[in-house]
Amino acid sequence: MLDILGYAAFFLTTALTYGLICLGLNIQWGMTGLFNVGVAGFVAIGAYVSALLTAQPAAGRLTGPEFPILLGWLAGAAAAGLAAALVGAVTLRLRADYLAITTFGIAVTIQLVALNAQHLTGGPFGIAFIPRPFAGLASQPALFDGAHLLLTGAVLLAVFWAIERLARSPWGRVLRAIREDEAAAASLGKSPRLYRLQAFALGGAVMGLAGAMQAHFIGFIAPDNYVSSLTFLVWAMLVVGGSGNNKGAVLGAVLVWGLWSASGYLAGLLLPPDLQARGAALQIVGIGLMLALILLLRPRGVLGEQKVVSRHIGPADEA
Amino acid sequence: MNLEYIADGLLLGATIGLGAIGLTLTYSILRFANFTQGDLMSWGAYLTLTLAGAIAGALSGEVLPLGPFSFGWPILLASLIAMGLTGLLALLLDQLLFRRLRRHGSAIVMVIASFGASMALRSLLEFIYTPQPLYFTQNLQIARRLGFGVRMTPDQLAVLGLTAILVLGLHLLLTRSHIGRAMRAAAENPALAEITGIDVAQVVRITWLIGGALACAAGVMIGLTVQIRPYMGFDLLLPLFAAAILGGIGSIPGAMLGGLVVGLAESLGVLVVGAEYRAAISFAVLILLLLFRPTGLFGSRD
Repeated sequence: MLDILGYAAFFLTTALTYGLICLGLNIQWGMTGLFNVGVAGFVAIGAYVSALLTAQPAAGRLTGPEFPILLGWLAGAAAAGLAAALVGAVTLRLRADYLAITTFGIAVTIQLVALNAQHLTGGPFGIAFIPRPFAGLASQPALFDGAHLLLTGAVLLAVFWAIERLARSPWGRVLRAIREDEAAAASLGKSPRLYRLQAFALGGAVMGLAGAMQAHFIGFIAPDNYVSSLTFLVWAMLVVGGSGNNKGAVLGAVLVWGLWSASGYLAGLLLPPDLQARGAALQIVGIGLMLALILLLRPRGVLGEQKVVSRHIGPADEA
Repeated sequence: MNLEYIADGLLLGATIGLGAIGLTLTYSILRFANFTQGDLMSWGAYLTLTLAGAIAGALSGEVLPLGPFSFGWPILLASLIAMGLTGLLALLLDQLLFRRLRRHGSAIVMVIASFGASMALRSLLEFIYTPQPLYFTQNLQIARRLGFGVRMTPDQLAVLGLTAILVLGLHLLLTRSHIGRAMRAAAENPALAEITGIDVAQVVRITWLIGGALACAAGVMIGLTVQIRPYMGFDLLLPLFAAAILGGIGSIPGAMLGGLVVGLAESLGVLVVGAEYRAAISFAVLILLLLFRPTGLFGSRD
């Protein structure tokens, strides 16, 4: 029984860290209409920066300052936000799909650095022994996983609340105005480029925070974790849940992660060992089909966009 | 300075250019960044490999390589059929996915869809063929001296020659034929083209067919000179985009020249940053381009 509870906590914690990435992507895409194909890159920045700043010294790798975990998380988020701001500064003045291509490029480059800058990142072997929160509970797995779930849930709730507040603030309204009609917003004196840049950096920072939390939750990171299939999975989550809706982002993350884990479990159960690797490929094909079907049949996702006007008025349909 | 690197860069650039032409065509006529272009290259290479195997199997005899090349006529025949099949595959993707989204979606939703389709296409190859690299032939080729310190294998020379023929043929098709003029009109202004009686749906179909066929040709050439992997095309996607934007979206000669520039930058850049960072070089080219000349070197349109 305790085992099952422990696994459930482990599963939910992982799903919620994906939910956090989705919230970051939702700031960029759902609220602002910016297409980011480099999600994996920003998650990787958060994970690596936090891991390097907090990990114990290891042979063959630069020694970090061994900061406390919380400081590592904040630094990871800040670094990913800064990277997003830099990318945004170069591309946001250009046509929308150039941003897609550039973010794709930055993710490839970051993965390449993680793989090859051996002295900094540990190269293909990654970084192990990243300090985990509640390490004192490690001897009682169920308690340990439960504590992690509570912590991740609390961070997710805090970020969720902050984003909801932002969406209802004047700042959030300007973002949606720019997304819907850029010329009209610009004519009111709002600089579309500046607002987009802020939203893109903020989304990147949330992704970085999620990456840092994942790294410390598992205790080990490697370049292979941050490939295009991560970006793909996060996009599938947001589209399934309903872009523009923060609840949808989290719901989509839990749903798609559940499907992903269940199909992986089934493949492990049903396929002979020599076909296991192929099963993983088939899983991705399945998620791709699902993404295509949702885009075709229910482009609003499960929940659809939440109409938000102002915190003083409340939801638009009641006003 | 060793001319060898320049020859390598030109060879790589020729295949990047071929892929980029398909990309620039779909970009200018369908108006979205098509992330599946790289995976169509991989599909073309695998289709050719499978067909060539089937042809050789049907003959049940050893087919001698053609002249100095490592490959025999079954691979040539197979690649011609596979070019058509890859074109049909691109058309099928359009019918099932992109055409429906075009009707009621924005361009960026199509980019999302193409990103998802790209992942699925690539994983399907991984499922069928496993990630293990494959080769068209096991024959080894000896590089020949061409003077000035440049050495190339006959296969590599064949790749350069075939690329030149394909690009020239396509250029003539687009500038001299009726369908070519229709395609350029649709790229310029689809609504106006429709009014003048051009069948824009037909133009879109032809664009996918040509884009897919060129992707297949580029994939086969990489298969001949490097190897065949499910990720071979996807790994080239960034150079493809860099080449298409460098040449100015919609320009065929531009995409080819852009491909050559990116190929040269990669093979010369390796001397500076090391081979392990090769894939980042085209990203650097792309960033410089977007900073200083976002319309491309040869493009005029935004």
